[in-house]
Amino acid sequence: MSKQEIKILSATGIVGYGFSEDSLRRGMERKPDVLASDAGSTDPGPFYLGSGTAFVSREACKRDASLLIKAARSAGIPLIIGTAGGAGGDANLQWFLDIVMEIVRENDLHMKLAVIHSEQDKSYVHGKLKDGKIKSMGALPELTDEEIDAAEHIVGLMGAEPFIAALDQGADIVITGRSSDTSIFASMPIREGFDPGLAWHAAKLLECGAMSAEPANAGDCILVTMRPDHFLVEPLNPAQRHTTVSTAAHALYENASPYHLYEAGGMLDLSHAEYEQVDERTVRVSGSKFIPDATYRIKLEAASKMGYRTISIMGTRDPILIDQIDDYLANVRNTIQMRVDDAFKGQVKQSDYRLGFHVYGKNAIMGEWDPNKDTTPNELGIVIDVVAPTPELSQVILAFSRTFTLHHDFPGRKCIAGNMAVAFSPSDIPMGPVYRFSMEHLVEPNNPYEMFRAEVLDI
Amino acid sequence: MKLKDIAKVIRSKNAGPFYVTLDVMFSDAKTYQKVKATGALNADLIAGLYNVEPGQVRFFEYDPAYSFKATIPRRIVSGDFGDTDSYGAQQHAPLLDVDIPL
Repeated sequence: MSKQEIKILSATGIVGYGFSEDSLRRGMERKPDVLASDAGSTDPGPFYLGSGTAFVSREACKRDASLLIKAARSAGIPLIIGTAGGAGGDANLQWFLDIVMEIVRENDLHMKLAVIHSEQDKSYVHGKLKDGKIKSMGALPELTDEEIDAAEHIVGLMGAEPFIAALDQGADIVITGRSSDTSIFASMPIREGFDPGLAWHAAKLLECGAMSAEPANAGDCILVTMRPDHFLVEPLNPAQRHTTVSTAAHALYENASPYHLYEAGGMLDLSHAEYEQVDERTVRVSGSKFIPDATYRIKLEAASKMGYRTISIMGTRDPILIDQIDDYLANVRNTIQMRVDDAFKGQVKQSDYRLGFHVYGKNAIMGEWDPNKDTTPNELGIVIDVVAPTPELSQVILAFSRTFTLHHDFPGRKCIAGNMAVAFSPSDIPMGPVYRFSMEHLVEPNNPYEMFRAEVLDI
Repeated sequence: MKLKDIAKVIRSKNAGPFYVTLDVMFSDAKTYQKVKATGALNADLIAGLYNVEPGQVRFFEYDPAYSFKATIPRRIVSGDFGDTDSYGAQQHAPLLDVDIPL
């Protein structure tokens, strides 16, 4: 191992969420060996992978990316950005690359740019399925050819190896499609021969910006100093500090288990990790272990189209209706189907579309999980949700739904002019295509690179 | 005593789109150890509160951050039809009034 110490600077939890320029400057003064940031997440739901669009604004993303690119180029250190464009499919990646090229042109920058794709050819996935190389991780049924065909976009979460290969080719900036959040940050220390357990653990902290500091803030920078048998972690904003508890607590955040965290190619075992407060703001971490898998596997994510959604937002202030809202909505649902039968001459069945009522004030947020079954609020908010195979059908059925939710009779009704306060004009809000996550499966590639097409461009 | 009166943090969040993870965090080791000693927080409690099979609950005691964690499958996958909590951040309420015999 050539180096005894490297420093990794993370700017923010998601490129586009923002960070303090001052914190970045302080971080760069520490002469890091690499600057890196995650640019995507599945948190905001399947829409962004399904539609190939970003969940941050172009302005916010360009602001962050511009500061990162200029800082890295000035210092002559690599910049690594993973899960570009929010979801890391090819369209998301291209959106981000367009922003990068604008920044490069506006600042007359020149560099080696590595671009690594994560979107998968369906023929590849079909082939792996046929070879018995794809297994469900447990949340979904085993994969089928139909499910593969139905997907809008399928991505693999790349491990550290493709990043390392790009750095080996002299890349100054590495931009990738979907990657595991940690491989973005683990790649440099692993490449330099540092302990993988420490590298993956540090990466877990770095990927969320300053979430692991106190007070937590994903939109700010932290610095990891990696050494042979430990690493140090500290925030760059003087108003924050890392404590042993805040650092240890980060293993809880958004993880199914705080002890075993699964990465591409293995598992990070934190059951013997130790945390030591070395000064007011800095924590020393050791004892983290990486246990490689006997078989190398990559996680697949995919989004498939559910249909087209139209909604309407309304509410009721009538206590007589509030008291019987479940029966009321059941009756409304039946009447809607009768109207649909009539309008489409029996061609559209109840199973051809999805109709939902989100009743805020009753149990919209927790559904059957809600322990409070018997509250009687002053008012109820109702969001009517129709998802259908075409935008037109979705809008027609929502229009029927809105009419009947507004005007249906019910026992004891006094408010015969209208049962609902409709929030907006227009009342019917088409929301366009909507998607669902359709894969949570592991695939066995022949090697860590074959799923991730890479190119290195001289700019 | 109710959990909401002694815990520093009671939160829920997605652990990926298919699971929701619940964290109960205490401000200091002493309180955490006292709660741990009661055994009141456990997988069966979570299974009962959220109406899932006990075998579907992954439950952890996490000493380094004075915390308990339980991970369960989401009732509806994030973004699927009928979901009203994409981030899974508002599923924590049943934990607030859990009785801890202290």
